[in-house]
Amino acid sequence: MRWLRYLNQWRGTAKEALEQVSIVAKFLCLIHVTDRYIISSTHVQGPSMLPTLNLTGDVILAEHLSHRFGKIGLGDIVLVRSPTDPTRMVTKRVLGLEGHRLSFSADPLVGDSSISVVVPKGHVWIQGDNLYASTDSRNFGPVPYNLIEGKALLRVWPPRFFGSLR
Amino acid sequence: MGIQTLIWQVTKKAFTGGIIGLTISDRFCSVVPVRGDSMSPTFNPQRDSYLDDYVLVDKFCLKDYKFARGDVVVFSSPSHYKERYIKRIVGMPGEWISSTEDVIRVPEGHCWVEGDNKASSLDSRTFGPIPLGLIGGRVTRVVWPPQRLSKIGG
Repeated sequence: MRWLRYLNQWRGTAKEALEQVSIVAKFLCLIHVTDRYIISSTHVQGPSMLPTLNLTGDVILAEHLSHRFGKIGLGDIVLVRSPTDPTRMVTKRVLGLEGHRLSFSADPLVGDSSISVVVPKGHVWIQGDNLYASTDSRNFGPVPYNLIEGKALLRVWPPRFFGSLR
Repeated sequence: MGIQTLIWQVTKKAFTGGIIGLTISDRFCSVVPVRGDSMSPTFNPQRDSYLDDYVLVDKFCLKDYKFARGDVVVFSSPSHYKERYIKRIVGMPGEWISSTEDVIRVPEGHCWVEGDNKASSLDSRTFGPIPLGLIGGRVTRVVWPPQRLSKIGG
């Protein structure tokens, strides 16, 4: 009959362990919801958004509410899932909304032949601030609005560049 | 005082339940209704709307975006930002699709989707190949109505 007593002892511990696990699980779910739907931090790097964002990498806070309500406007820096590689996110600036007509230079290093496009319905035109080192809508065309996953709010690292982005 | 604590308890439970449900539906699987008959006879083989199929959408595939030709996927519309469609992938990146006039190559990072019921389906034949990033999950089973419970292979 001793094993019955052991079982009873373990029941108390097991219940406590389950409670702790459920607290951790709820906390992880809260983190997931905050990160996906409210605000998150991202490390961005690369030369395509110079001089706004540094080459060696910045940490920015991005919010995930505006794009769900359609409040992305011209000039916003957005986090977009790359149309050429869905496992990567890219950070670019929105320079055209649906229905806008844009003209851009086919190759900024050579000559000034310019191409004019109209952004189709449900799409946006994104470009990096550094026209010479950025693959963006000038290469892969306008991207569907639904690929936008967040809007950059402010930069938090490195500390001397802390603040809103312009 | 009793009513206030009761309301607070209920709100806390609802909030926690909502957060857990949202996480599960984002990371594991969710159930969505199928509207319209663009995927007949795989889904909604009859045209009565009170017998819409409900399908289980698996979200594990979104970790690496590994899809294959023949998968039925849920994706956000490229032209209407609030709508989502369910169609089948018939072309993966690098493959050639023959449409009415010419042969189109599916670009990198995109896929060609078509409905099983080609006569009444708004798909890639209209809006072109869609970026894989628009996909929101892969349909694995039909879960309602009970007589149509089945696994969607391929």
